[in-house]
Amino acid sequence: MTDIVVAPAAGVAVARPDQTGELTPWRLLLRRPTFLAGAVILLFWLACAIFGSLIAPHNPLAQQLLLTNQAPSGAHWFGTDQLGRDVLSRVIVGARSILLIAFAATVLSTVLGTALGLVMGYLGGVVDIVAGRLVEAALALPVVIVAFLFIVAVGPSPLTIIVVIGLVFTLLIARTVRSTVLVESQLDYLAAARLLGEKSVSIMFSEVLPNVVPAILVEFTVRLGYAIFTVATLSFLGFGVQPPTPDWGADIAHNYVTLGAGYWWMTLFPALAIASLVIAINLFTDSIEQVLAS
Amino acid sequence: MTRYLLKRLGLAVVTLWLLSVIVFFAGQVVPGDPGRAILGNLADPRAVRALDHQLGVDRPLLTQYWSWITGLLHGNMGESYQYRSAVEPYVQAALVNSVKLAALAFVIVVPLGILGGVLAALRYGRATDRVISVVGLSAATVPEFVSGIVVIIIFAVSLKWLPVSASAGTGASALTQLDHLILPAIPLVFILFGYIARMARAGTIEALDSDYTRTATLKGLKPSVVIRRHVLRNALLPTITVIATQTGYLIGGLVVVETLFNYQGIGNLIYKAAQAKDFPMLEAGVLTIGVVYMVATLIADALSTALNPRLRLGTGG
Repeated sequence: MTDIVVAPAAGVAVARPDQTGELTPWRLLLRRPTFLAGAVILLFWLACAIFGSLIAPHNPLAQQLLLTNQAPSGAHWFGTDQLGRDVLSRVIVGARSILLIAFAATVLSTVLGTALGLVMGYLGGVVDIVAGRLVEAALALPVVIVAFLFIVAVGPSPLTIIVVIGLVFTLLIARTVRSTVLVESQLDYLAAARLLGEKSVSIMFSEVLPNVVPAILVEFTVRLGYAIFTVATLSFLGFGVQPPTPDWGADIAHNYVTLGAGYWWMTLFPALAIASLVIAINLFTDSIEQVLAS
Repeated sequence: MTRYLLKRLGLAVVTLWLLSVIVFFAGQVVPGDPGRAILGNLADPRAVRALDHQLGVDRPLLTQYWSWITGLLHGNMGESYQYRSAVEPYVQAALVNSVKLAALAFVIVVPLGILGGVLAALRYGRATDRVISVVGLSAATVPEFVSGIVVIIIFAVSLKWLPVSASAGTGASALTQLDHLILPAIPLVFILFGYIARMARAGTIEALDSDYTRTATLKGLKPSVVIRRHVLRNALLPTITVIATQTGYLIGGLVVVETLFNYQGIGNLIYKAAQAKDFPMLEAGVLTIGVVYMVATLIADALSTALNPRLRLGTGG
């Protein structure tokens, strides 16, 4: 199904008649401006996350108590915060915590969610009904509220955020995988495998899993976007990375009280960083979904 | 249809009960005891024990759960640790404030989202469609506090058109309150716009493509009449459902927006209760949200069943 390539939709990019070669999904992606824009921004923030302290012009933790609340200037492009720290450096180095936490949570939920979804969808019956009800009950609350309950119980830390988001998203991914598996299990090859006497576990992992991988990959990128959204929100509420580590959400939380005094640069630049990252991920994901669907 | 709704109601009650268990026991895993939390680290251990006894938190867990849940069923939500008085007035006042903010957001976003979705569908595949879809998608992915900061900087700090704080003070007129609530409503509008527009767009495209639309056009009706009478009626059905189901999201969004704008709503109440480890307040707030969410979902189900003849007559699904 994925090998069949259809000509690009009319109006987007018209294939030249001399290009008779097959358009691979990869080349279709590269033709989409939204995909390219998303990918470039994403790569930029990845570079900041990996090489942050090498790129940053100043030490993001260095306080200059004589240079607090400075507006953007040649020396400090994004200005300085209430403790005289360079905002640009904190934005660059701050890419690390949000990407790391969101990525870890998404990997955790994809692995657990796939396993749970396979079991629910393939075994069905009582297992499916009981697990389904528990999933519904847990999803009746917004993630932020679930996070409150967890954080009150075990205290705020990046690990708490990874576990909370990881578990909530596990349930969401399990639901998607389950419905994909249900569609797959109607197909003949599974009936054949069953008739050949293969065991459930081996059918689940060697026959069903490879066929639901594309759906899982799309789910992974979609969830990564939501994970970044949620990590930023929980950091803003003070539940994630603790000061003085640079973190976009936490930095906004510590500085937004100064907005009344007109110090907009301390919050605007981290806010734009978060916005650019989530929008980039979603342009990226949306392009992949559209290419896979065409 | 009645049977289906009764079944949904039953499931909602079961889910709420599960929720009450989760909420209650999440509050019990915390190290340390409430008496210590209220009186502080320097308090006399005897005073702490006395207060624990007075609060009833030294009893076995199941006994505590039983007295809490039976109290709830009698309309008694418990006593706040922070304020040492009944939690109901606080929860009630906060809920009213949140409903005001949420209602304003819906009043703005519902017509806007439907308009955007229908417009995108009528210009299907063209630039207008792409722009509306990409803008809607992007707006829905930006966290509320981020768009909130941006609108505060633009409209309150630089242009000075609107106030930064959401609270208008006691006794403020409705118009003043509205003035204070516009900025906080915008982040919620951004997020909801994409969802509503997407549903309205999908519904309109499907309706435009249908046999009854073709028949109406072939009958010689004017395009505007076809769209108003035949397309929109059918297109807006899934949109109504999505609006009601977004209540769940909206409550999560309220926590953030109310914190950013320092507005005394239910989200802010839960946030402060969580920070102060005020469990009766936290439990009451979370459970209230659970009830609101369940009721909204049930209404969505009932509405979409009532409006869809296929479901109403029991022939489809």
